[in-house]
Amino acid sequence: MISVFLISSMLVIFAIFLALYRVILGPGVFNRTVAVNVIGTKTIALLVLIGYYTERPEFFDIALLYAMLNFIGTVIFARYLERGELWS
Amino acid sequence: MNRGEKTFGILITFGILFLFWILLSGLFDAFHLIAGVICTGIVTLISHDLLVKGGDKKFIGKSLRLFWYIPWELWQIVLANIDVAIRVLHPKMPIDPLIIEFETPLRSDFSLVTLANSITLTPGTITISVEPEKGMFRVHGIAKEPADALLVDQTMQKKVAEVFFVEWPGTDQPVKT
Amino acid sequence: MVVVVVIVTLFLAGGLFFTLVGSIGLLRFPDFYTRLHATGKCDTLGTGLILIGLIIHHLFHYSGTPLVPVRLIFLIFFIFIANPAATHALMKAAYEVGVKPWKLGDERR
Repeated sequence: MISVFLISSMLVIFAIFLALYRVILGPGVFNRTVAVNVIGTKTIALLVLIGYYTERPEFFDIALLYAMLNFIGTVIFARYLERGELWS
Repeated sequence: MNRGEKTFGILITFGILFLFWILLSGLFDAFHLIAGVICTGIVTLISHDLLVKGGDKKFIGKSLRLFWYIPWELWQIVLANIDVAIRVLHPKMPIDPLIIEFETPLRSDFSLVTLANSITLTPGTITISVEPEKGMFRVHGIAKEPADALLVDQTMQKKVAEVFFVEWPGTDQPVKT
Repeated sequence: MVVVVVIVTLFLAGGLFFTLVGSIGLLRFPDFYTRLHATGKCDTLGTGLILIGLIIHHLFHYSGTPLVPVRLIFLIFFIFIANPAATHALMKAAYEVGVKPWKLGDERR
């Protein structure tokens, strides 16, 4: 049962490396922002998997918090790119 | 909005936030419950008109219909992802993007947000922008068939209008109370 | 209980398949708007399926603490509402700035 979680974590890390390729390569700032958002979402899945693999329930709170931070960060960055400034 | 409607909004917001507190902490001794009441009280006083707009009498009915709408939505999400998976893994990659616009009779904030989220989670379409005064949506579709299913059939808009008690013009669908 | 192990492995495999398809789409599609299509839909469902599999595993393996899966259910609801909203915000920003969409026959961007 435990080794299933380890294989899943390694596959999620492989998917994160695929998205990292788009961060380095993608022409312009929008492609890079999308790739950073994707890395954030996959990190949430990775945190919960590691939490079950090492049998420590503190990782679920960290995952919930990081989901909120990822969402707020992407929306604020998109708003800055659209307007050129954050307020007014 | 008078006192009665404001109290209803405050009570619903306080109830939902306190339920979150109890379920997330899991501790039921006196100190944590009193701390929960104080914290949710402060948060409710600051932001009680965000969830329930004052004077909204059909809030319970809309919430129940929203719970009824969610299973159909989940089935559409699974279909959407299978469609995208076929387009990604196909060796010839059959995509043909186009941008369409349409109008809906929905006007309140919550119904526009629900329809925009549903369009983003359905096969082949993502909302680009929403105009709140006329209810006009601009949508980017990835191929011709999913965009046509949204533009011509309009099943999803009719379902969301039924959830939020909005009458759809052109058909004689009565407003259910 | 072998049935529980099989069900959890099926959910995890489905979730991992959609997550990997999302990343492959991020590399393979020719334009920014189409890449948002691939990641905004597949990433959400892939993470959701992984989390549902883990909730089932917790309910059968550690049934002493039944309140911990509630946090994972909150996480699933939050991801299903927040990821499409962030996708829409990025697409709207790109449209306002003036990134041109891709038509059939152009080259890759």
